[in-house]
Amino acid sequence: MNIIVCVKRVPDTETRIRIGEDGTTIDPSGVKFIISPYDEFAIEAALRTKEGSGEGEVTLLTLGDTAAQETLRAGLAMGADKAVLLEGASTMDGLATAKALAAELAEADVPLVLMGVKAADDDQQQVGPMVGTLLGRACVTGVTEFEVADGKVVCQREVEGGVDVVEADLPALITITKGAYEPRYASLKGIMAAKRKPLEQKEASTQPPRLSVARYEYPPERAAGKVVGEGADAVPELVRLLREEANAL
Amino acid sequence: MANVLAFAEQRDSEIRGAARETVSVAARLASGFGGQARAVLIGGPGIASAAAELGTYGAEVVEVGEHDGLAEYQPEGYAQIVADRIAAGEYTAVVFPATGLGKDLAPRVAALLDVPLATDVTGLEVEDGRLVIVRPAYAGKVFAHLTLDASPALVSIRPNVFQPSEHGAAGTVEAFAPEVDPSTWHVRVTERKASGEGELDVAEATVIVSGGRGMKDPSNWGLLEDLRDAIGAGTALGASRAVVDAGWRPHAEQVGQTGKTVAPKLYVAIGISGAIQHLAGMRTSKTIVAINKDPDAPIFNVADYGIVGDLFDVVPRLTEELKALKARG
Repeated sequence: MNIIVCVKRVPDTETRIRIGEDGTTIDPSGVKFIISPYDEFAIEAALRTKEGSGEGEVTLLTLGDTAAQETLRAGLAMGADKAVLLEGASTMDGLATAKALAAELAEADVPLVLMGVKAADDDQQQVGPMVGTLLGRACVTGVTEFEVADGKVVCQREVEGGVDVVEADLPALITITKGAYEPRYASLKGIMAAKRKPLEQKEASTQPPRLSVARYEYPPERAAGKVVGEGADAVPELVRLLREEANAL
Repeated sequence: MANVLAFAEQRDSEIRGAARETVSVAARLASGFGGQARAVLIGGPGIASAAAELGTYGAEVVEVGEHDGLAEYQPEGYAQIVADRIAAGEYTAVVFPATGLGKDLAPRVAALLDVPLATDVTGLEVEDGRLVIVRPAYAGKVFAHLTLDASPALVSIRPNVFQPSEHGAAGTVEAFAPEVDPSTWHVRVTERKASGEGELDVAEATVIVSGGRGMKDPSNWGLLEDLRDAIGAGTALGASRAVVDAGWRPHAEQVGQTGKTVAPKLYVAIGISGAIQHLAGMRTSKTIVAINKDPDAPIFNVADYGIVGDLFDVVPRLTEELKALKARG
């Protein structure tokens, strides 16, 4: 089964984020960039689906600048077969991103498109269902595990207070969250092989964003807290403070 | 028209807390714009009886669509109906909840209407007739003030951030007939598996008791369950990434980047050192308590109150004190 996985290059989640001098961007200096962790789950899910079916290709697709080549190579090293880089700006306007991806996906015509439930930078959590809607395809979000059989895909979807079992027709778009697909590490052999795998680069069809960042700011610092005391003897005082000072109980 | 529409979420035919929040926010924005707040409620036959309550939170009109196939959330059906209601109403803004349902629904509606969407919004004000939108990015490490160049403004609001406010007035309930054909849907919910009896989701809780690696073993979670029960209704268990990755706790409980971002009234971090990804996911909690044996643990930098000590002594004592408190009334 041929599968396309949409991925995004984002700052490592351990990175301390600094606001750039213009106030509207993030300062990239000294930042290590990675494949968004949710997209790694999606790549793993695609590789296992391909391995399970014994045939097909896994193609990575991203919207970004040329630096995203590095991200695609990392995904190829995990085992994806080829990659496409749509050169264009990825902004806070997820609908603009979704349109650029949908234009490419409409032509590719594969039965299964996967992506992370959200990108670990903007955290908008919207591109997947937007692409699914634009393409008029089945779309299931926040999936922890799925199985393809008989022209359908059966998904376990995490919801508040439980799990929904959702059945979708193929072709389908599924967004993956943490669950069954702990990503594999790239082997040395995989890293070497990735250098020779096809990576196509082309201009994205993007529109100007209609949703943009006017300015970033840091969250308000939390006022320095107090250590109430040491050990279990401090508990009565903690309870008193929670009741009388914080009004939290 | 300067009207504002709220999507009112129901589950099992009961109005959810998130609906009281979206309606309250819509009422506040509508008064800023000088328009009317309306709500749309979709569900199975009989859902109209739940609609009147929304009026008390400021919806002047509650549009209710009942349909056999819509008792539970069906992505394509709900999205089409909501998009149709928005298109028919000339709204300045539409407010969705950033719940599991809302995160799935709002982007579909945005795509159908060809209008951008700001999700998980934590700040929403009308200033000089314009909407000021603030939302966290990078899991809360920074906040973005957004400029939106489209109408209507579509936003989803983070649960527990905006307080519902009762106005006392009853709204008008207007029924409409949803035009949907379930046979055209590509996606069907075939089964709903509830987690443990009466267990509350971490994203919806007003108090979270969260455990980390300091708990040493999954068999020790009884301590946290006892504390949760002693605090009472509205309390949920949370977990750090380390204990989820170790397989001790389900992912549904994970707080932080790659888990859930939460903002409860009280967050109790037990045996959690406070990795940057975890802090990002819980730092907007109103009050934070940390119990950790390491006085240098980063969690103490964000905690309002800390106890340095062995959690296996401190937590049972805390449970005992809270039980005693309750017994005294």
